[in-house]
Formats: sequence, C-alpha cells, structure tokens
Amino acid sequence: MAVIDIANPTRFLALVNRLLPWLTAATLLLFAVGLSQAMHAPDDYQQGATVKIMFLHVPAAWLGMFGWGLMSIAALGTLVWRHPLADVAGKAAAPIGAAFTFICLITGSLWGRPTWGTYWVWDARLTSVLVLFLLYLGVLALYWTAEDPGRGARAAAVLSLVGAVNLPIIKFSVEWWNTLHQGSSIFRMGGPTIDPSILRPLIVMAVAFTLLFVTLHLAAMRNEILRRRVRAMRLMQAQALAEAT
Amino acid sequence: MSALSALLVRDMRVAVRVGGGALMGALFFLIVVTMVPFAVGPDLNLLARIGPAILWLGALLASLLALDRLFATDYEDGSLDLLMTGRVPLELAVAVKAIAHWLTTCLPLVVIAPVLGLMLNVELSAMGWVALTLLAGTPALTFIGLIGAALSVALRRGGLLLAVLVLPLTIPVLIFGVAAADAAIVAGASFGPAFTILCALSLASLVLGPIAAAAALRHGLE
Repeated sequence: MAVIDIANPTRFLALVNRLLPWLTAATLLLFAVGLSQAMHAPDDYQQGATVKIMFLHVPAAWLGMFGWGLMSIAALGTLVWRHPLADVAGKAAAPIGAAFTFICLITGSLWGRPTWGTYWVWDARLTSVLVLFLLYLGVLALYWTAEDPGRGARAAAVLSLVGAVNLPIIKFSVEWWNTLHQGSSIFRMGGPTIDPSILRPLIVMAVAFTLLFVTLHLAAMRNEILRRRVRAMRLMQAQALAEAT
Repeated sequence: MSALSALLVRDMRVAVRVGGGALMGALFFLIVVTMVPFAVGPDLNLLARIGPAILWLGALLASLLALDRLFATDYEDGSLDLLMTGRVPLELAVAVKAIAHWLTTCLPLVVIAPVLGLMLNVELSAMGWVALTLLAGTPALTFIGLIGAALSVALRRGGLLLAVLVLPLTIPVLIFGVAAADAAIVAGASFGPAFTILCALSLASLVLGPIAAAAALRHGLE
C-alpha cells in the first residue's frame, strides 16, 4: 500500500483503526514514565517545587504552536494540492491545539503568581500566545458557523495560513523584546541551559504529549470523516423523502 | 477609463450615497469617543493620558463595522461574481475596493480625529502627530480587515464573526499606532521607530491583504 492510498478516506479509516490502540498504549506508557521521572526530578534552587509546572506548561506551549503549524500545512494541502483529507486534518487539529494553548496560558498564569508575583503581564511572549489563542477561536468560529463543511474548511485554511505569521513572532518574542517571560533555554544557539536532571523529564513529557496530540488528532479525523458520512446520508435520505412525496 | 479606476469611482459613489455609510463611520467614531468619558469619568488628566488609545480604539471599531458592507452588497446583487470572472486580476480588484473603502470610511475618521482629541484633552501640539499615526495605520486596518470581510462573505455570516477574525490580526497595528501616538505626546521620544513600523505594517498588509482576500473569495465561493 503506497502512501498515496491513505488519501482514500476508507483506507485511512482502516489504518487509523489499526494504529489507534498502539498509539494509545504508547501514549499511556510514556506518560507513566514521564510523570514518574517528573516526580523524582530535583527541586529548583530558587523556585522549589513550582518548577515542576514546567513539565506541563512547556509541552503545552510547544504543542499549541505545533497544532497551528499542522493546520498551516493542512491548509496548503487543501488550497494548493487539493488533498482529500487535508481539510479533515486541519479541522481536527484546531480544537486540540486550542486546548493546549489554553492549558499553556492557564498553567503559565498559575506559575507566574508565586514566581513573578502576578497572574498576568502584557509582555511580548504572553501577548503573542494570547493572540494565538484568539486566532484559534477565530478558526473554530469559521468551522462552526459554516453550513457547508467544505467551504468552511477552505475559509479556515486561508485564515490558518494568514495566522501562521504569529508563530515566529511567538518564538522570537523573548529575543526581540524585553520580556518578563524568560528567554529561550532549550532551542537556542549553544544548546540547552537547563540541567539534564530537569531537561530529561521535560523531553519525555514533551514526547508523551506529542503522542497524545497525534492520538487525539487521528481519532478526531476519524470522527470528522464519519460525521461527514452521516451528514451525506441524512441529505440523501431527505432528498429521497422529498422525491417520494 | 480603465477598469480599475471605474471600479474605484463606482465604489466611492456607492459608499457616499444614501445607504452607503461613508459618514456613518465618522458618526460612530464620534459616539464612541463621547461615551468614553461617561465610562471612565471626566478627569481631564486621565483622559489626556488615554486619549490616543481611545482615538485608536474608536477608529479601529469604526472601520471594522463598515467592513461588513465591503463585499456583502456586491455578493447579493451579483457584481462579486462578475469581478471574480472578469479579466481584471481579482487581487487588484479587491485592492481597489479596499482603497475605495479607506478613502470613504477611514479618511473621515482621520479628519475628525483632531476634533475628538479636543474632547479628550489631548495636547494640541501632539494632535497633528496623532492624526498622522491614524493616517498611516488605518490602511493596515482596512487591508487586514479585507481578509476577514472576504472570509465572512464566503460563509455568508456577517457581524461578529468578522470582528472575531479581524481583531487578533490588527493587534500589532494597534500596539504600534498607540505607541507612536503616545510618543508624540511625550515630546517625540520614540515616535520615529514606532511610526516607521506602523508604516511598514500598512505597506505589508497592502500587498498581503488583497492576496489573502482574493484566495478566500476564490476558494470560499467556488
């Protein structure tokens, strides 16, 4: 079976049904490993145990941005390459990415209260992530208010590409502006500056969360394909009824 | 008369006629600016401090409300289909419509901004600079709003959806516009850098907005 065969929704559903149990198991396993590593990780010399919010906050931030990146690639697939499943992939990724961005904002706010003394500050990093969340809500509004799923998906694809400009702004916001949010400590020139005893659980949790994203995303794609089939069948049924009378 | 200039003249004529809405934006701007002192209290010092921000927010909301009409009326009477299937590239046609919208809706805002600044106790010497930031920033608001207008006409959902889509994208314009306006009041501290970035945002959206809006129309209305 070539890669192109996955473009066929039925074959894709068969593949997802085969993959999903394994992905779910892998996700649970990695979460178990990651959480146990996180619990045994040392406390920070300054923040104490509150540093462990990082194991939730940082992966959520990465995945929020990853979600929008995935939506942008899916948007290219919808608008440029006309891939049959691209708009399904985009629509499935939007709520998951929005949820992760929301978790990032909430956990960051809770982390900021004991360490910075404030729940919120309008610096560049926090503001640009909030803008990302608002853009997610805009895309979700487009999906939910469209009568025709295909048309709504194409409009949302355009918005996904337009909003992708926010991603490098978020990434480089801590370098371009004076921010209260700390600067890059992992993806930076010269390597990470976090101690390995904390960096290792962070990476494991990040991989676990990514697997969670992929699992939820594939399940959501499956649901969307089935939802569209139900809608098509309802339309055919209504048309048959109208023709019978 | 070339096709594009005919389109520009047509759009401007439609906008200034009764039922158009060219001056409605200015009226809304006036009303919003009038309501703010009722909300925050008449303390003149406070109003002077937040004056540029109020002017910018009012201009943003006024230009946003008029964007609804940009494509909706053309979609309803079929002229949008003509534009999309005509010989003029859709990106240019859409850009010309946006220019007409800016001339008829946003220029009146810039003109009456100094008068409203008086009501908000903005310093007289800085009033011209504040109006200049509005002049440089409202094209960005129009061309970014163009994208939202194209998206919402494709889905035939107007109103608040347009605002939800457009407002996050206009946040950088608002930030730099107010930064430039505030800098003008605090004796020109960093007016230059903020104003230059504001102009850059306008120029960038002048190019990217029509491209995205044309794509939204093509893909949404096919």
